[in-house]
Amino acid sequence: MKAFSALLDRLAYTPSRNDKLRLMADYFAGAPDPDRGYALAVLTDGLFFRVPFRRIFAEMLEARVDPVLFKLSRDYVGDTAETIALLWPAREESQEPPPLAEVVKAVQDAKPEAITRLLAGWLDQLDATGRWALLKLLTGALRVGVSARLAKTALAQWSGKPLSEIEEIWHGLTPPYQPLFAWLTGNGPRPDIRGSAVFRPLMLAHAIEERELAAITPSDFAAEWKWDGIRVQACHQGGAKRLFSRTGDDISGAFPDVVEGLPEGAVLDGELLVMRGGDVAPFNDLQQRLNRKTVTGAMLKSHPAHIRLYDLLFEGDEDLRALPFMERRARLEAWHGTHAPSRTDVSEIVAFESIAELEALWAGARETGIEGLMLKRHDSPYIGGRPKGHWYKWKRAPLMIDAVLLYAQRGSGKRSSYYSDYTFGAWREGEHGAPELVPVGKSYFGFTDEELKQLDNFVRSNTVDSFGPVRQVMPKLVFEVAFDSVHHSKRHKSGVAMRFPRIHRIRWDKPAEEADTLQTLQAMIVD
Amino acid sequence: MTPGRFEDWLTVDSKGLYCRPGDFHVDPSSAVSRAVITHGHSDHARPGHEAALATPETLAIMDARLGEGAPRRKQAASYGEPIKIGDVTVTLFPAGHVLGSAQVLVEYKGARAVVSGDYKRSTDPTCAPFTLVPCDLFVTEATFALPVFQHGDAGAEVAKLIKSVEQFPERAHVVGAYGLGKTQRLIALLREAGYERPIYIHGALQSCCDLYESFGVPLGALSPATGAAREDLRGAIVLAPPSAIADRWSRRLPDPLTAFASGWMRVRARARQQGVELPLVISDHADWRELTNTIAETGAEEIWVTHGREDALLHHIRSTGRRGRALALIGREDEDQ
Repeated sequence: MKAFSALLDRLAYTPSRNDKLRLMADYFAGAPDPDRGYALAVLTDGLFFRVPFRRIFAEMLEARVDPVLFKLSRDYVGDTAETIALLWPAREESQEPPPLAEVVKAVQDAKPEAITRLLAGWLDQLDATGRWALLKLLTGALRVGVSARLAKTALAQWSGKPLSEIEEIWHGLTPPYQPLFAWLTGNGPRPDIRGSAVFRPLMLAHAIEERELAAITPSDFAAEWKWDGIRVQACHQGGAKRLFSRTGDDISGAFPDVVEGLPEGAVLDGELLVMRGGDVAPFNDLQQRLNRKTVTGAMLKSHPAHIRLYDLLFEGDEDLRALPFMERRARLEAWHGTHAPSRTDVSEIVAFESIAELEALWAGARETGIEGLMLKRHDSPYIGGRPKGHWYKWKRAPLMIDAVLLYAQRGSGKRSSYYSDYTFGAWREGEHGAPELVPVGKSYFGFTDEELKQLDNFVRSNTVDSFGPVRQVMPKLVFEVAFDSVHHSKRHKSGVAMRFPRIHRIRWDKPAEEADTLQTLQAMIVD
Repeated sequence: MTPGRFEDWLTVDSKGLYCRPGDFHVDPSSAVSRAVITHGHSDHARPGHEAALATPETLAIMDARLGEGAPRRKQAASYGEPIKIGDVTVTLFPAGHVLGSAQVLVEYKGARAVVSGDYKRSTDPTCAPFTLVPCDLFVTEATFALPVFQHGDAGAEVAKLIKSVEQFPERAHVVGAYGLGKTQRLIALLREAGYERPIYIHGALQSCCDLYESFGVPLGALSPATGAAREDLRGAIVLAPPSAIADRWSRRLPDPLTAFASGWMRVRARARQQGVELPLVISDHADWRELTNTIAETGAEEIWVTHGREDALLHHIRSTGRRGRALALIGREDEDQ
């Protein structure tokens, strides 16, 4: 428990991705089995405990802490689990805390009425960091800024095994991952996951550059529309139906409507969309269904999901991934013709003779949800990751407005000495008809390091007010802000929310009065 | 003890705590004719006093930090040496807070009042340890007066810092530490832990370090951080005032990893708010347990609380059957900030 708590504690405060990787790799190298396996499960969100914490916390505190002092402490700390961890009366004599594996197994096996005593016993043995880690781990609210993908990347870096091979077998394994660690440390064979419903790493495309576009031979490439949903992998193997996000997270629970009709034996690649009456709904509609563990009946009706299929990876036991794209495509069409699964269709191949023709087709495409074009080599095998020279994405030019810098906030990590997060606004008519600026978005990238220094200087010398880490500045600097789309939003004062805004250019030359209006932005809303 | 009896001779006026029969203030918030100063932190040792009584260390610190503003007349008092002032007797005892820090025992007509200034009970290699002074009235700080504050072993926090330096040898570890007390304690703890390499310090920390050494507190090899070659600072420990650790000054450091040594670092939101990557819970103030134990051990039936989280401490004082009063002195700061 000690090494694991120290790891969580450091991860929670460490902003840099590479430093997080190093902390995890060091932990995996030093921790014993099966502790490190359970730690991996915690970091990849693979452990759930059904424990009534509200009741348990109340029972534990009643016997130990004055309620007035607890309330004052809770108000100061701002988090119940952390408050308990901090004010738990420490024992004078230090005791060796239990290993992580022991804790996990005991909680999983314990009767509900025994948990309070069990937990109190551990809290007595642990120090404050250990108590915090234990409570966070059991309540499932880790918030240490580590994704499952990052934890697996750390495994790859530490063991020297390719990430793609770890991803390939990952979903066939369960905590505490003993066969995986045996393989990673050279003490066992690679775990065999054939025939089970597991995530296979997706093949990703490169953004095409102009000279690459010019060099494309149309007869070597197939074009498809690039739809504005999320890439998924759907499979029905070994009796299990699963839907995975592009990072391998299992999102089946939130999408029973599309998972239901999957025929046995297939592993498919496609775009998850919300569709109504044959039309693709805006990304915002799909957003409503993401990041949930389950879905309501009402939501299933109002936001029906659909998969537009791009590729077929397995048919029965046959792994098609080494076949050329056009052969897989033919297999996909034949398969879809035979099974005709509900809530799916096959992505259209856009015929073209020249890039100019493709560009014209694209310009004429009025359907919502088209984000750009995909260009795939006819002879591309399906390779997990982002292999060069096979698939290209050609995205629509972003939308653009001129907005005025209003607030700047200190960054984190390497940027903690810089005001690097910028909130910008657009003009609108305020009370009494006078123009006023209303915040429309926030961004912290798009500029160079050199520009960051200039912006930081600007913020420091034009501050009119400050609120903790935030400074309000004179509204006089204009940003050309690029973004993918803009939507209605009830959560924002301006009534609009931009998707993926970034600072495209800093217009040192442009007077703030000439920046765009909120109306301009509203006119760009597509939903 | 008759309620209200101390209020007759120890009062609070616009400048702070005032002893009428001795005609002096303790740690007044602005210039007075006669002051007793508990320790050298700027919210206790203000400039401009006509006369001041303090330990020799505190007087030296005031000279170094206040320059022209140092007291015009200085009276040094050693720990345990009774000094008659007017109708009262004043004796200073170690408070364990920083070098020279003192509790002030004031005896008047058989009653004993102790004004403890800031204090801690945990060990500190850079100053004399806290001495318990039995009394009838105990005047205490309340900086960390919530049960969530349990400072723990400072050595373990220093071990965390040393481990991080081993784990990230390409990053300069910049540690925010208050210039008087925290800086020297941290250096001494690093030396105790066997860290022999030069420790780099921000220019603002130099004079206090020199002063500690002149009073016989060895700090080992210190180098100025300003002007050091960037490459030399990789994997080095660099101490700086808290205001400098995440501001322009720190940009000279190679890939700085920001640490902060303070009792506040125990609360995550507090550390995150300040962009701290490595919080080190090292405090020169009493934590909850030290505060409540000290109150009990002095035997005092009346407790006055000067500054900090008074609510919680007064609740504790009253629920343990003592008389408690919040003085709400102005001008006190959390110097850990």
